Amino acid sequence: MKTMKTLLAATILAAGFATAASAKTLVYCSEGSPEGFDPALYTAGTTFDASSKPVYNRLVEFKRGTTEITPGLAESWDVSDDGMEYTFHLRPGVKFHTTDFFSPSREMNADDVIFSFDRQLSKDNPFNAYVEGASWEYFNGMSMPDLIKSIDKVDDMTVKFVLNRAEAPFLANLAMDFASVVSKEYADKLKDGGNLSDLNQKPVGTGPFQFVAYQPDAVIRYKAFADYWNGKQPIDDLVFAITTDASVRQQKLTAGECQVMPYPNPADLQALKDNADINVMEQQGLNVGYLAYNTQQAPFDNPKVRKALNMAINKQAILDAVFQGAGQAAKNPIPPTMWSYNDDIKDDPYDPEASKKMLEEAGVKDLSMKVWAMPVQRPYNPNARRMAELIQEDFSKVGVKAEIVSYEWGEYLQRSKATDRDGAVLLGWTGDNGDPDNFLAVLLGCDAVGGANRAQWCNEEFDALIKKAKSGTQEERTKLYKEAQVVFKREAPWATIAHSVVFMPMRSNVTGYVMDPLGGHWFDGVDISE
Amino acid sequence: MAHTQALQDKPATAGAMRKAMLKEFWYYFSQNKGAVIGLYVFAAIVIIAVFAPIVAPHSPSLQNREALLLPPFWEQGGQFAFPLGTDAVGRDILSRLIYGARFSLFIGVVVVTLSVSFGVLVGLVAGFFRGWIDTAIMRVMDVILAFPSLLLALVLVAILGPGLMNAMIAIALILQPHFVRLTRAAVLSEREREYVVSARVAGASRLRLMFVTILPNCLAPLIVQATLSFSSAILDAAALGFLGMGAQPPTPEWGTMLADAREFILRAWWVVTFPGLAILVTVLAINLMGDGLRDALDPKLKQS
Amino acid sequence: MIRFLLYRLALLVPTFIGVSIVAFAFIRMLPGDPILLLAGERGMTEERYQQLQHLYGFDQSIFVQYFNYVADLLSGDFGTSIVTKRPVLEEFFTLFPATLELSLCAIIVATAIGIPAGVFAAVKRGSWLDQSIMGVALVGYSMPIFWWGLLLIIFFSGMLQWTPVSGRISLIYFFPQVTGFMLIDSLLSGQKGAFTSAASHLILPTIVLATIPLAVIARQTRSAMLEVLGEDYVRTARSKGLPPMRVIGLHALRNALIPVVTTIGLQVGVLLAGAILTETIFSWPGIGKWMVDSVGKRDYSVVQGGLLLIAAIIMIVNLLVDVLYGLINPRIRR
Repeated sequence: MKTMKTLLAATILAAGFATAASAKTLVYCSEGSPEGFDPALYTAGTTFDASSKPVYNRLVEFKRGTTEITPGLAESWDVSDDGMEYTFHLRPGVKFHTTDFFSPSREMNADDVIFSFDRQLSKDNPFNAYVEGASWEYFNGMSMPDLIKSIDKVDDMTVKFVLNRAEAPFLANLAMDFASVVSKEYADKLKDGGNLSDLNQKPVGTGPFQFVAYQPDAVIRYKAFADYWNGKQPIDDLVFAITTDASVRQQKLTAGECQVMPYPNPADLQALKDNADINVMEQQGLNVGYLAYNTQQAPFDNPKVRKALNMAINKQAILDAVFQGAGQAAKNPIPPTMWSYNDDIKDDPYDPEASKKMLEEAGVKDLSMKVWAMPVQRPYNPNARRMAELIQEDFSKVGVKAEIVSYEWGEYLQRSKATDRDGAVLLGWTGDNGDPDNFLAVLLGCDAVGGANRAQWCNEEFDALIKKAKSGTQEERTKLYKEAQVVFKREAPWATIAHSVVFMPMRSNVTGYVMDPLGGHWFDGVDISE
Repeated sequence: MAHTQALQDKPATAGAMRKAMLKEFWYYFSQNKGAVIGLYVFAAIVIIAVFAPIVAPHSPSLQNREALLLPPFWEQGGQFAFPLGTDAVGRDILSRLIYGARFSLFIGVVVVTLSVSFGVLVGLVAGFFRGWIDTAIMRVMDVILAFPSLLLALVLVAILGPGLMNAMIAIALILQPHFVRLTRAAVLSEREREYVVSARVAGASRLRLMFVTILPNCLAPLIVQATLSFSSAILDAAALGFLGMGAQPPTPEWGTMLADAREFILRAWWVVTFPGLAILVTVLAINLMGDGLRDALDPKLKQS
Repeated sequence: MIRFLLYRLALLVPTFIGVSIVAFAFIRMLPGDPILLLAGERGMTEERYQQLQHLYGFDQSIFVQYFNYVADLLSGDFGTSIVTKRPVLEEFFTLFPATLELSLCAIIVATAIGIPAGVFAAVKRGSWLDQSIMGVALVGYSMPIFWWGLLLIIFFSGMLQWTPVSGRISLIYFFPQVTGFMLIDSLLSGQKGAFTSAASHLILPTIVLATIPLAVIARQTRSAMLEVLGEDYVRTARSKGLPPMRVIGLHALRNALIPVVTTIGLQVGVLLAGAILTETIFSWPGIGKWMVDSVGKRDYSVVQGGLLLIAAIIMIVNLLVDVLYGLINPRIRR
């Protein structure tokens, strides 16, 4: 019976491809295999694209194409005045997927929500260690265990989160992939059957697409969920064709074997843009690449020296050579797509002469320093080595001798944390939840010195502002963050270098695709026109 | 026939003998036309590599920003200034290939030297001392040979860190068991021979027995194996470069160039074709020579 | 015979222990702490770090770790991938059929062409046929196969558009995996065109992977045939006036095949090394690509388990070849 069903589905699929009328199939040439299908276990965007985004929903969601919060599985919510209690009123009538391996007997309720968090929080939950090495990286990384005091079921359709302290970004955290709501009924069934790991291999969610099959390193198949609470999707089938090589992805896209592809080679962009059948969308990435001075090390403890060095860096040359056009010069520590971005701030001009003079005024002569270059490619810095070489060249023009050092990636991350580190570090950050706190507090707060604050920079004025911005309305917070960015620019603990630009080529008959500032790939609302 | 030579202690006759042997060797070697062609091609590659700065029309790292991905001169849009075209950042492919010859030959020489010297030494020790040393050594070699060579090299380079030097060390390590086995087998068959026994009775020291008496008589198979290793070293280093674990860009190593060129495979055939062709020609020339050497040095085949 | 088999088996034990130590030690020597890599830019607290060290057992002494590892191995547990959190053995078995299918096709092609080519070359020794066969074989033997694959893609996929660029089958076909062999599964599915699609995806990778074994088999067959053709009994058979094809087919080839069988067996290592490159070029979802990817991701447990499993396969195949050699070669049997 089971094979008959899949066979039938396959024939329909094959036929649909031939006529393209009976069933609409969207093929997405994805860049890699997902690590698994339980998003809370992992941290990679590739995994989220294949699990949390098509299959699951969260209590609250990011509004398509923005970092604003909208209702998801929670229809509405109340926050207590002290900001320590969040009460969510769940959406009635939300169905879980019916697949050939699971048929739900009830609709989504408070038990599912509590189970989804409890499995990450509580050691006693049978699913806390259901796969070997389950470390719930994001849940822990966002300090959820410290933050959450309790999660209470008020009634079947109401859940209350009690926190240990006020935390304004909490709501945005709940829109992140790790907070996806899984089915407790399904989990219980797996537990009874003794095959717990299926939760990570055959996902059942409430999302717009339901999982059909996965062949590792080759293909993932989904179909539109007919009873999706927000209406059935315009396309019928969604296929991820896993294609690791960017030029092969491009080849498949041009041949029409797939309709959407991520991460094109920058070198190929022009050819894609020239192709009439292909539409290239672009958006600034939610990230920043920077050079962090060690502000506890002389002479970099002097803001004037840091400012002077910033003025010696030719950002345009870096954008051309390192980003090959897929980047935008950065003036603030947060990207322009993020709310509270302060566009009034003026960037330090590129002016080697003025820089030289400022260094002289600061009494710095024959300065030699180290510049750390990361050994890996990251979205905010596609080639750190080349970037370091360009900076080295720029610094030599103002009489500063720079030596480039590098370590193996894990080592690099670890060593660069030390407060007595020698030299300036190239690094960057990609936003998790679109909240400015996720950049400013994590990377520049006093608490992060010796950790993610690679500038080892603790400025009382700045720290007071971002601490105060942890609670309050978005309006109040925006004001505080804008002020904090002014302090940042004045003190210059980093040379802000660039934000990357993300390109998304697709066939021109694909409609309704919206780029996600957080870097995810969503296919709800996407259609293929004839 | 070979080991009678060791019995000749008088230098004069030994010299004449050697001359005669060389002549005989060349006679057999030159019988094989392929081997002679291989030798010429190889000599040409060596000359090109040595005089690379003179031969190459451009610097291998010079980027011509206005001449990106130019096709070879005979194709439309090609220029005579860049006979084999340019790569994605406008570097002359011919010049990079010429400089690349240096790396390939260097890799071959270093790897063969490392693996021969280590392998022969260990093989001599194993074959000469026998007993538990022999057993231990041979088991270790079995372990190394139990892995696919390229996989082992890949993991070794991951441990040592990607780079040309580490790739060479890794390749030398995976190639040396062949020398250990060959040397050991040769020593085992030689050590009970009359001339060795008599040398031992005459009071020759162990070291002298090992290196002066026995080793020269095991040379023929070692030379053939060394030639084969030379070509495998070049191939493996290029494969590692291709997988991103060998020489790092912008080094004009042929395998690394291929890895860089992969993204242009459907757009610019020349950036993919020529580096591979260079590898093939070099390896083929060496293998041709290797066949000739084997025919000339292997007495069993000579008779047939 | 049984004693010979037992002796060979006994010899495998120390080698396998050695292999397990090497795989284990290598992985501990890999630079980079996988836990730190997991955290990335985010970093983690010291407390959390200790917790994870404990979770993965990295906080124990190296000997304890080794013995735990061997104990797990003996109970069939090859560890769990740090990246995907799936058991290594399970990943291996999902991907291995792809490699096996490709390797089998390659070795069949190599044998089917290599042996006749070697026989012809030997029989017509010195002729232009011999010289061209041996010339082509030497080119094949010297081939950088990763380039060869790219070249075939440029020509057949790019210019002629006859074959697909990568993958195992066109995406429009979808059927359950029964055997893991795409050729068989596509037939079982009964879908029109599925088999053709699977076969067309196999052509180029098979050619690439078969190239070196084909050259080696042809060369080996030729020299083995030459040796046998020179032996007394063949000369006698010839002088008796037996038809030449009968002499070659019945007498000479049967004896010449003995060393060739060994050669074919020894190609397993060559095939697996070749699979690393071939699978990378053609995005073939097999164990070669899996290993390359895992080395890149520093997935300790996968590299460790994969090394061990692959070495075990090679050792077992070599043992089988030895046994087969013993069976067909009467001189060893006694």
